[in-house]
Amino acid sequence: MKTKSIIIAAFFVLFIGFACGEGRADELTVDEIVRKANHMALYQGADGKGKVTMVIQDKQGRIRMREFNMLRKNVDDRDRDQKYYSFFQAPADVRKMVFMVHKHVAIEKDDDRWLYMPSLDLVKRIAASDKRTSFVGSDFLYEDISGRSPTEDTHELIKKTDQYYILKNIPKNPDNVEFEYYIAHIDKKTFMPMKMEFFKKGDRLYRIIEATKLEEIQSAENGKEVAYPTVTTSIAKDLENGSMTEMTFSNIRYNIGLGDEIFTERYLRRPPRNAMR
Amino acid sequence: MIKPVNPGKLFFLMLFFILMFFEPLVHAAEANENSSPDQFPSLEIHGFLELRAGCRMQNDPHEKDISVMETRLQAELFTYTDWAEFKYKGDVWGDGVTEQGECDTREAWFFSRPTDFLDIKIGRQVLTWGTGDLVFLNDMFPKDWQSYFIGRDKEYLKAPSNAAKISFFTDLANVDAVYTPQFDSDRYITGEYISYWNERLERCAGQDAIVTADKPDRWFQDDEIAIRVYKNINNYELALYGYHGFWKRPGGQTHSGVAVFPDLNVYGFSARGQIGLGIGNIECAYYQSVDDESGSNPLVNNSEMRCLAGYTQDLARDFNASLQYYIEYMLDYSDYKASLSSGPARDRDRHVITLQLTKLLMNQKLELSLSSYYSPSDRDAYLRPNIHYKYTDKLTLETGANIFSGEESHTFFGQFENNTNIYAAIRYNF
Repeated sequence: MKTKSIIIAAFFVLFIGFACGEGRADELTVDEIVRKANHMALYQGADGKGKVTMVIQDKQGRIRMREFNMLRKNVDDRDRDQKYYSFFQAPADVRKMVFMVHKHVAIEKDDDRWLYMPSLDLVKRIAASDKRTSFVGSDFLYEDISGRSPTEDTHELIKKTDQYYILKNIPKNPDNVEFEYYIAHIDKKTFMPMKMEFFKKGDRLYRIIEATKLEEIQSAENGKEVAYPTVTTSIAKDLENGSMTEMTFSNIRYNIGLGDEIFTERYLRRPPRNAMR
Repeated sequence: MIKPVNPGKLFFLMLFFILMFFEPLVHAAEANENSSPDQFPSLEIHGFLELRAGCRMQNDPHEKDISVMETRLQAELFTYTDWAEFKYKGDVWGDGVTEQGECDTREAWFFSRPTDFLDIKIGRQVLTWGTGDLVFLNDMFPKDWQSYFIGRDKEYLKAPSNAAKISFFTDLANVDAVYTPQFDSDRYITGEYISYWNERLERCAGQDAIVTADKPDRWFQDDEIAIRVYKNINNYELALYGYHGFWKRPGGQTHSGVAVFPDLNVYGFSARGQIGLGIGNIECAYYQSVDDESGSNPLVNNSEMRCLAGYTQDLARDFNASLQYYIEYMLDYSDYKASLSSGPARDRDRHVITLQLTKLLMNQKLELSLSSYYSPSDRDAYLRPNIHYKYTDKLTLETGANIFSGEESHTFFGQFENNTNIYAAIRYNF
């Protein structure tokens, strides 16, 4: 009898919980949606690693590949600055090169970028003023990988569907970017941005990034089991030159305890095992 | 280049191979105990096959018309275990200029990270530090300007060192110490591939007057020590440098005209970081020519101050420019001039402006680049345009030129005027 009442009580609590959750979600402001989406896309866990494979296909159907292991660490838990470390495995001419970024969200501060070229043992510092250039020749831009800061755009909730919040994002400084605005589809349950469509003047759609596969990655956070929804396949299409890039993300692990020292010259010159495996 | 094997080199090679072969055995035993197949090291094998050909644009009475003509195979082997990493990288090539088969081990080292604060890398390795873009002040590791000038890949500008590199990492600062037990000189211009100004003959010379040098080569006596102390403060990279060894290319000659490598100490500093939209760097080095502290010995290089200031920035999408100003200043110039017996005197200062432009096109498959050096004091220049096209991930095509120009034939770049060349290459990566 007692057990039964506990079960009923539990269901009741759960039901109220869901109902409240739904209610709260409906009342979310645009800024809250953007903040959550930004967190989901870039900041889950204190750190993480994974293997990135890019298949780049041009208009003629010719294929090129990129493969690298990526380490990422959040500087704090405020969803702002981050550090990235990419160790290249393919193609052959960039094998064992390392690309490291200290990302700064503040608009007045450029990211710090380094490139290590093993055949010359050369640590090169790279000027990083333009984040809207192609990342390693793919259809993804630097900004697609390390994230576009929400403070760079004004956001407007233009539509709610059963599945998505649909946001229109207009750059505050249009001279810095090649698009006039972009439309983001954000999943209502996970807050993951699932599709972004970039438009040029005259509402001309010219670029699409779409998440095509989402997986739950198990991890532990503060001793508790958690599952991080993670985009494991996404496709970027450039409608102007007819090329597309499929990016898959595998061997994903979160909260692996990466130290700050990984993102220094020491590990730039000799990669950590985390990046090699 | 094939050279007789000396005992020190043999020691390094033996150490390397002993470590290579014994370690997996030890490991295999361990692995058997806890039967974890994941722990077996995997051997990575990569490399490339390349054809490269180039010719002089004018007649050079002292050299062949071909500037470079080679079929080259580079192979790279890498493996690692829980406690160390091992790498071998070597080249073999048929050389149309020397008309010989050649080989060169570029890397043969083991690396270990035994504690939180220590890294060790021992063996044949390529080493680079400092902030200059194709200008080296405190980087006293061997260069191969000969390869660079005939249009080999940029990778070959750096020649390997047989050395031990120990790195310490502390909160206060990081320290790199490199010990080279036997002096590794630059692969300097000898006349074999590139004609040069011969001071004794007072004219340009090449294969008719190959430089004979008396290179210090006693193991553990003619050694080199290079130290760098560095720290990153808010991503401004600061460093102090010290070097004890020899001038890296002949810095003097005996009375009979044999080139020698006088003793040299170098002390310097550098700083690099974000300034405005780009990256700024400064670097200075004091070259103390120990064998001629007074500057009065005409047969040994004068002491010098060398300073560099540079700035690099993106000018447009996928278009980068890097501008540098470099100066060499002789410290005992009046003594040098007074003691000079014959031949033209060099200027007290040598000023060089370098400009590197790089533009990427066609989804970064095509790279157009121009490296240029111009000296207003010597009134000479060196231009290195290059076009590099990645036809596929594996196949690359390349063409370029090395253009030397100068008003006088004894200045740094002017002496190479007859070596102006164009080249093309095709490379298959595996």
